[in-house]
Amino acid sequence: MLSFFSPSNIFVYLNKVIEFLNSIIFIVLVVALTFALVISPPDYVQGNVVRIMYVHVPAAWISLAIFSIMTFSYIINYIFRIKNLLIINYSIAPIGLLFTALAIITGSVWGKPTWGTWWAWDARLTSMIVLMFFYIALILSLKYLNDERIKLKVTTTLSIIGFINVPIIRYSVDYLNTLHQPTSLKITGTSTIHTSFLLPLFLMLLVFLIYSALIFLMKYKTEIIKMKKKRLKNYD
Amino acid sequence: MLTKKVKKKIILISLVFLFLSSAVYFLYFSLNKNLLYFKTPTDIFNSEDINVNKIFRVGGMVKKNSIIVNQEEVRFIITDFKNEISVSYKGVVPNLFSEEKGVIAEGSLKDKKFFIAKKILAKHDENYMPPELKNLIKE
Repeated sequence: MLSFFSPSNIFVYLNKVIEFLNSIIFIVLVVALTFALVISPPDYVQGNVVRIMYVHVPAAWISLAIFSIMTFSYIINYIFRIKNLLIINYSIAPIGLLFTALAIITGSVWGKPTWGTWWAWDARLTSMIVLMFFYIALILSLKYLNDERIKLKVTTTLSIIGFINVPIIRYSVDYLNTLHQPTSLKITGTSTIHTSFLLPLFLMLLVFLIYSALIFLMKYKTEIIKMKKKRLKNYD
Repeated sequence: MLTKKVKKKIILISLVFLFLSSAVYFLYFSLNKNLLYFKTPTDIFNSEDINVNKIFRVGGMVKKNSIIVNQEEVRFIITDFKNEISVSYKGVVPNLFSEEKGVIAEGSLKDKKFFIAKKILAKHDENYMPPELKNLIKE
């Protein structure tokens, strides 16, 4: 059953999925932007600055999710040796870095009019910068380490150590005094964000997810082709 | 079902996680004081030695009807609903600075009840709502 998910089998479906995502992303983007920029009400204190949240929050969620996926894949690969997971991690890492940087930059742009400063060394902001450095270290070692075995060891260790940071990022605002406000959207308990902000937020999340999937699948496809080519060469 | 090698690896990984999470747990408790971005008025009230030269941040709510603006400075009271501290600041305050809103002041103490701020940051809370709703709540 597992062989169904092997790169060669997935490859057949990749183009179809990419085409499908390509056909819907623009429509979803237009709808989401309409909601985020026009239909959504301004906030009672922040005013229109609240619209930055629609980029900031989904970007931060995705950056954390991708790091968790990477750590999980590295652990599973460490135990069961599934090479496919390594190709997935190689393709997904840059997307994680992109969204981490996006979350930090939009947060900074939001912070200037709201807090009165671009940057503060509070627990949330600092741990987010640490996450970005972990992404950079991971990507650099994936790109520039030549020995496959050393590369695997280094990246697995980096991802496991970096993963400690993920719960720190998540809970820093709730348990420590930070400049960053506590979590508004809670899965358990009552959220302190009004429902009229939620639809644009989740639509933007959907756009970002589709975008990530698209970029990831394209990169993944290229990597599979590269791998097959290498194997063909070895047979010559 | 699982081979010996796989079992060994699973045990190793769980041990690594156990070790790392306990390390973070201990780090958190030993660094707790240093991880805080600001002190509350109660922290200052409870601290025994006061260093007037030390620059740090104090945060809390701006007390209702406490903002006094004159030509030279802005004066207000930061409260955490247990203790409070007077703050004096020369300069421009952020847009969101107002009464009964979160604020963080960076500067140094003059004495236990008086703080001279060099910089003011507005702390936004976690509540997001449209202006119409806020008006309804007020009424």
